[in-house]
Amino acid sequence: MYGKKVKLRILFLFLLFSFIILFLYLFLKSFEENVVYFLSPSEIKTLPEISKKKIRVGGMVKDESINIKTDRINFIITDFKNEINVSFSGSVPNLFSEGKGVVAEGYLKDRNYLKAVKILAKHDENYMPPEVKESLGEK
Amino acid sequence: MIANQIGYYSLILGLIFSILILPISLNNLKNIKVINKEIFFLSFFQFFFVFVSFLGLISLFIYSDFSNEIVFNNSHTTKPIFYKISGAWGNHEGSLLLWLLVLTLFIFLFLLNSRNQPIKYRILTLIFQQIIIIGFFLFILTTSSPFNYLYPTPKEGLGLNPILQDPALAIHPPILYLGYVGSSIIFSAALAATTQDYVSKIWAKHIKFWILVSWIFLTIGILVGSIWAYYELGWGGFWFWDPVENVSLMPWLCLTALLHSVLVLEKKSSLTSWIVILSIATFILSLSGTFLVRSGILNSVHTFANDPARGVFILVFLFVLIFLSLIIFFFFQKENKQEEIKFFWLSNEAFILINNWFMMYFLSVVLIGTIYPIFLEVISNDKISIGPPFYNKLIIPVLIPFLILMSFSQNLNWFKSKLNKVKIKFILLLIISIFISFTIFKKIGSNSLYNSILISAAFYLFFTSIKDFFNRNKSYSQSISHFGFSLLILSILLNGILSTEITTNLKVGEKFIYKKGSIEFQSIKTYEKKNFKSIVGFFKIEDVKKNYIELKPELRIYNQPSTITSEADIRTTFYSDKFLVMNKVKGDEYFNIRYQIKPFMIWIWISTFLLAFGGGLSLIRRLNEK
Repeated sequence: MYGKKVKLRILFLFLLFSFIILFLYLFLKSFEENVVYFLSPSEIKTLPEISKKKIRVGGMVKDESINIKTDRINFIITDFKNEINVSFSGSVPNLFSEGKGVVAEGYLKDRNYLKAVKILAKHDENYMPPEVKESLGEK
Repeated sequence: MIANQIGYYSLILGLIFSILILPISLNNLKNIKVINKEIFFLSFFQFFFVFVSFLGLISLFIYSDFSNEIVFNNSHTTKPIFYKISGAWGNHEGSLLLWLLVLTLFIFLFLLNSRNQPIKYRILTLIFQQIIIIGFFLFILTTSSPFNYLYPTPKEGLGLNPILQDPALAIHPPILYLGYVGSSIIFSAALAATTQDYVSKIWAKHIKFWILVSWIFLTIGILVGSIWAYYELGWGGFWFWDPVENVSLMPWLCLTALLHSVLVLEKKSSLTSWIVILSIATFILSLSGTFLVRSGILNSVHTFANDPARGVFILVFLFVLIFLSLIIFFFFQKENKQEEIKFFWLSNEAFILINNWFMMYFLSVVLIGTIYPIFLEVISNDKISIGPPFYNKLIIPVLIPFLILMSFSQNLNWFKSKLNKVKIKFILLLIISIFISFTIFKKIGSNSLYNSILISAAFYLFFTSIKDFFNRNKSYSQSISHFGFSLLILSILLNGILSTEITTNLKVGEKFIYKKGSIEFQSIKTYEKKNFKSIVGFFKIEDVKKNYIELKPELRIYNQPSTITSEADIRTTFYSDKFLVMNKVKGDEYFNIRYQIKPFMIWIWISTFLLAFGGGLSLIRRLNEK
């Protein structure tokens, strides 16, 4: 039959192969669970169905829309075509303010309402999410 | 005005010198008895003129000369002098000039520092390095010159982004760049050594110096950036798996793998191809990091507004370098004849290989997580982001075997170790670690088996590296670094598991009561500072036992550019950090308050410092040997 060395190599290849398959499986599974799609308010309006997965919504905080309570903050994200209501309890970043770019991460309740779990603002006060720039450009 | 011209023209002079180096060194290759003296002079002048140009830029910033475009965009007369200087590299153009400065400095140092190496190899390294340097010169001069005029001269500048006005972030880019650029020397040297068939024990000994230098700077650079993110961004975290952070971690992982495998080359002269590949990969990752951060391709929370047109240049440059290195690798890489093929499974070199496998696994996780969203956006126009759970899920479980194997490796020898060396002590240590870990988990009332196995593994490494420290045959530097690593993992895990957080919106005078205590917002005071208005909140935080602390977080309202930043107030002890940050959302009287208790926070910094310190010790020993 085969020599010891060959057997060892086959064993090694077999182990390597099964490890790769295992990791690929973990990779894909983890991907599926943790990928967060980025949408604009207009894209949300045209969604065929509302998924239960976490999403990110980017746009500008609408002027005069921030409303603060003890336990939460409500505001509206707009891309100057469509808007969406956001409610959030937690801490907001420094650059979060009316008329500035914002990204809210959370779960859609319906096409007009996002329950956010995280608010991100950019480090740069002149920054504008690319999709907002696009929709401003189209306008 | 004059500084602007000096800066610009000395940059051009620098370019002329670096182009001149090429023909002279190519000529020198034909007659290789000695290195041409002119090469030393030229590379010194190349460095000198870039240095003058850099000084010119700094003086423009110091004197707030707003006829210069980037001074206008990034500075302001009321800014403290320290941040005027650091503003010079707090922007794209200036930071590239800094890259170039370090590049030219390092190649000059390399020429001085490699006197006992073969001349042909030194000259070839210089030539490869010159290709990179000329690329950077052209990049700066054509797409991002720091010396553009503005006319008419504005009276006042736009100011530096206030979150960059911070001591940690003033030193973060230079340190990180020293690490990145150090990897360029490794890259050129590896290519030169490949063409000369010089990837050998002697080469390993020589290149290890540069590997250590860039590894230390990269580690400290990442550490400083992470400390900054912790206290300045107000999220209370130190690592967010954000793409911009990931691009600094990727070369680090690659370099760590290289740092270990070069030891195998030094002892056994094997793994030659692998080491050349790692050297190439480290530099390519560093360069693509700069490309991704600066081109604005990444969808990151750290994104600063920037110009995508520049990306094309770096992308082309990147492809040229990759192409060049692949050609050299495939045409010149010869079969290794000195290799001692026999690998015994229970030996240092086998475990170093295992370490490399793990590093490559971590690297591929981070790489895929970072660039997959970019690919997807190009292909399908879907915009996605990949959150921390992705990395945690794929990296943390793998840490268990990684830590255990690392603990085993501490006591192994080169070539061959005997199994009976695995003494009863180690089993005892394992039992102790498991015991400690389960005691901790019992005390905090958590019963996650997964976490407790993880903590046991980290404790095991912790103890074995302490034990290793007293083993006189081994180097201190290795045990200090490994000890630092185990402490790092341990504090990150405990920090992650035990951290608690309260967020609420409060008015002045209100008190928020929760299960384990209360937060009272007592008063606010405002102060006028040189370039910002400061609002300080006074908070009293009480726990159940009526112990209280007072914290004074601050809000800074900068007028130029008009931005608000919040300065967290952090009470640091050896046991835990108490972190309070407040934020004003609107004209409302409500303040957004976030209070966090973060156990073992300071140990994360200390342990990362130890990790780098171990490397430093090894470097010092190496210098003394010479």
